[in-house]
Amino acid sequence: MEETKNVGQAGEFEVLEEALLPPVNEFKRFIRVFFRRKVVIIGFALVVLVIFVAIFADLISPYDPYEQDLHNVMAAPNGAHLLGTDALGRDLLSRIMYGTRIALIVGVLTVLISAVIGVAIGLVAGFAQSKVQTVIMRLTDALIAIPSLILQLLLANLLKSFIGGMGSVVVALGLTMFPGYIRMVNAQVLTLKQNDYVLAGRAMGDKKRRIVLRHILPNAVSPLIVMMTMMMGASIMAEAGLSFLGLGIAPPAAAWGQMCREGYQYLMTRPLLSIAPGFAIMILVFSYNMVGDGLRDALDPRLRGSLD
Amino acid sequence: MGRLLTVTGLTTEFRTERGIVSAVKNVSYHLDEGEILGLVGESGCGKSVSQLSLMQLIPTPPGKIVAGEAVFMGADLLKYEKNSKEMSQIRGKNISMIFQEPMTSLNPSMTIAKQMSEMVLMHEKVTKKEAIERSADMLSQVGIPDAAKRLEDYPYQLSGGMRQRVMVGIAMICNPKMIIADEATTALDATIQAQLLELLYEIVGRYHTALVMVTHNLGIVARYANRINVMYAGHIVETGTVKEIWANPLHPYTEGLIHCVPKLGERLLPIKGMPPSLIGRPPTCPFLSRCQYRQKSCFEENVADLTYVDGGTHATACNVRLKEAGQ
Amino acid sequence: MISYIIRRLLYAVLIVILVSVTVFTLIRLLPGDPIEILVSQDIMQDAARDPEYYARLRSEYGLDKPIPIQFINWFFKMLRGDFGKSIIRKFDILGEMKSRIVVTLSLGIVSFIISNVVGILLGILSAIRRGKIVDTVVTVIANIGVTAPTFWIAILLIYFIGFKLKLLPLYGYTLPWKDFGTSVRQSIMPVFVMALGPISMTCRQARSSILEVLNQDHVRTAWSKGLTERKVIFRHVLKNGLMPVVTLQGTMIAMIFGGSAIVETIFVIPGMGKMMVDGMLSQDYPVVQVVTLMLTFVVVLANLLVDLMYGWIDPRIQYE
Repeated sequence: MEETKNVGQAGEFEVLEEALLPPVNEFKRFIRVFFRRKVVIIGFALVVLVIFVAIFADLISPYDPYEQDLHNVMAAPNGAHLLGTDALGRDLLSRIMYGTRIALIVGVLTVLISAVIGVAIGLVAGFAQSKVQTVIMRLTDALIAIPSLILQLLLANLLKSFIGGMGSVVVALGLTMFPGYIRMVNAQVLTLKQNDYVLAGRAMGDKKRRIVLRHILPNAVSPLIVMMTMMMGASIMAEAGLSFLGLGIAPPAAAWGQMCREGYQYLMTRPLLSIAPGFAIMILVFSYNMVGDGLRDALDPRLRGSLD
Repeated sequence: MGRLLTVTGLTTEFRTERGIVSAVKNVSYHLDEGEILGLVGESGCGKSVSQLSLMQLIPTPPGKIVAGEAVFMGADLLKYEKNSKEMSQIRGKNISMIFQEPMTSLNPSMTIAKQMSEMVLMHEKVTKKEAIERSADMLSQVGIPDAAKRLEDYPYQLSGGMRQRVMVGIAMICNPKMIIADEATTALDATIQAQLLELLYEIVGRYHTALVMVTHNLGIVARYANRINVMYAGHIVETGTVKEIWANPLHPYTEGLIHCVPKLGERLLPIKGMPPSLIGRPPTCPFLSRCQYRQKSCFEENVADLTYVDGGTHATACNVRLKEAGQ
Repeated sequence: MISYIIRRLLYAVLIVILVSVTVFTLIRLLPGDPIEILVSQDIMQDAARDPEYYARLRSEYGLDKPIPIQFINWFFKMLRGDFGKSIIRKFDILGEMKSRIVVTLSLGIVSFIISNVVGILLGILSAIRRGKIVDTVVTVIANIGVTAPTFWIAILLIYFIGFKLKLLPLYGYTLPWKDFGTSVRQSIMPVFVMALGPISMTCRQARSSILEVLNQDHVRTAWSKGLTERKVIFRHVLKNGLMPVVTLQGTMIAMIFGGSAIVETIFVIPGMGKMMVDGMLSQDYPVVQVVTLMLTFVVVLANLLVDLMYGWIDPRIQYE
């Protein structure tokens, strides 16, 4: 009894504020985590460099990438042509520099097309009745099981007569690279649907569309950004593969895969003609992947607060 | 009763992005053979970490045992390498642990038989057949009907309560000297919780095994334990027998905890405020900000070491109470 | 378990049908009328201009009927073993494919096995030696493996190992039971190129899922039982950690057999992939049709096997 009274009396005492830790600046934290690993810094710098070259190719490239100099074909690397010239006397370095444009555009457009399709279907699947969802997800599994290169070859060929140039390749890639997004978005929706704040929203009578816009999309954005970055690299690789087989971007475009195909015929005499553009592809894909890795670390809520 | 374990000055830290978290700070306590010790405190107060440190099961990095010794049957456990042979002879054979999460603490892709018998095979020279027989026997001892059949099950085929019984069986199967039950019943329904506690109490009594019950529920501990350690913000703030603590709490925090135990016809009195951050705390009493008995001197003095009052079994780390008691 | 197998089988059949419809429709939509291509090659150009001759050819190839009927005819002909003839080079598709599928399968299976063994071992190694030099080296190799285009790796190998060092033949393929030594020497570079991507992906997946399992509660339980490090890793971590790796293998198989188009073209290997690319370049649609379908069929079948294996490994599926 004595004690209870005691506490009752002291009920009015003031709880002191503990000195709080300074709030974490989210942006600073993001930057710090993102740039924690050296490879990510390198990758990021390379992506910036490629974008720079693509924008200013007209100014900085030593030659016109399409200008043929038939007196100067298959030149070895020299002072005038740092990487030499190809079978038509075009400057290899300039062609690789202009190739950044095609590579960047292919990557961005392909990812946009496939992400829009994939996210839309993924959301539908996530919110549909379980039967519809099962059908969609099984079809997605089926699509993933089909070698995408085969579908891309067929589609690119089919579209060639409708959309010229790069367009057919981009659309073909976009139409075949979306299943990954469906899986990811669907999984996100399913997890988030179970979350208390979404349940709370439901209980308070939020409309489905509102739940999608306010709760689910913002939370799915981080993995989506990471995936899109990774897929940029993947789509550039796929385009290069198609072009190398002669079934992608057609000559004389300065597309790296296409350049590898042309240069490959002279591998024994002028190896740089095929090795150099291939190296450019690898560098860009590597950079995208590294940036994606960095983004994943910086955006992953599970890693928040950890030090390792 | 012989002394089984003496922990002195145990300090465990975690490196995090915002600074070093002192999860366990200068913790000292002891445990006798066959004794049941309650370790009570709010979540995040370091009670689990202190026990995992003992077993050297702290994930390193980010965690690290910075200081202290834990003498168990004459040898200091903290001197051993984390995954050394000596340490694996301690784990499971001499000290075993029951964890909180019944749904995830068992290996999902292994039968109960394998998970139980591998422990016996690891620590004793027996054949596989004997190990399986031992497992079946243990399963029926922990109250699982049709034990021989259940042995072939995978964890997902059992309910949460059943899994936790299996965990008790695994912990007991090598007849250890000591068991640490880390919030072993917290995640279960109240009725199943009671059954499991009875089982645990009964089985450690039968084998004369010492038991450390880690929990945030003072009521549970009061019912089963011999002695109680109260932890707050990484410190042990009070220790004593159940009777001493219940009748005469010597730390304001303990007092607060007792008022949090539901009793028929009485209003619950929650402790006001939040536990302090464990990063870069000053050396003053950690309970200071929430304490209704604090005095001016509390703001200046370092927190007292756990000091026994009257040379008995009852100790507190409260400066004010120690002064009152003339220490 | 039996219902699981039946469901998977039905599912595989469904995919094959779905893919055949898709491939068939896509090819019918492709530009270039196969008959025109056929006629344009005909030596008797006069006869070719005759509309009657044209129509006769159309009905001979069954192209005068509506597309769904054409599809059904084609599909059932194939079930009877009649795969049709090449328009351009007139060979019997089935006969040609019989020899080629053996080549593609033998290379593909070897690559698949190597990619699994090497990828998983490297993944385990780098996970349990996390942060050590081994881990760094493996991570770098795996990064190169997923970022370098297969044809580029092939070009490098051909130039440096084949041409400069003259260690291995530049191109060609011999079946192992015809001349084992030559076969092995010719296979090393193509298999390496085919397996590199899957090795890297398997390795990355194995590493990350093992690291995840290492932090799970049941592994802490295993440690608390006093098991040795080796027992904890082999018994408790690996089996659970490698399950996601098993599911990944479906995609890897698709990657290997899809990639055969590039690898076989570069190394001039007479397999299905090269047959498909050649058919595509010369607009030989009956060939493309059958070959794409067969490649997909191989992949679906392999996926089915992976699924069944997964059901065998994960006890939760047996229970369903």
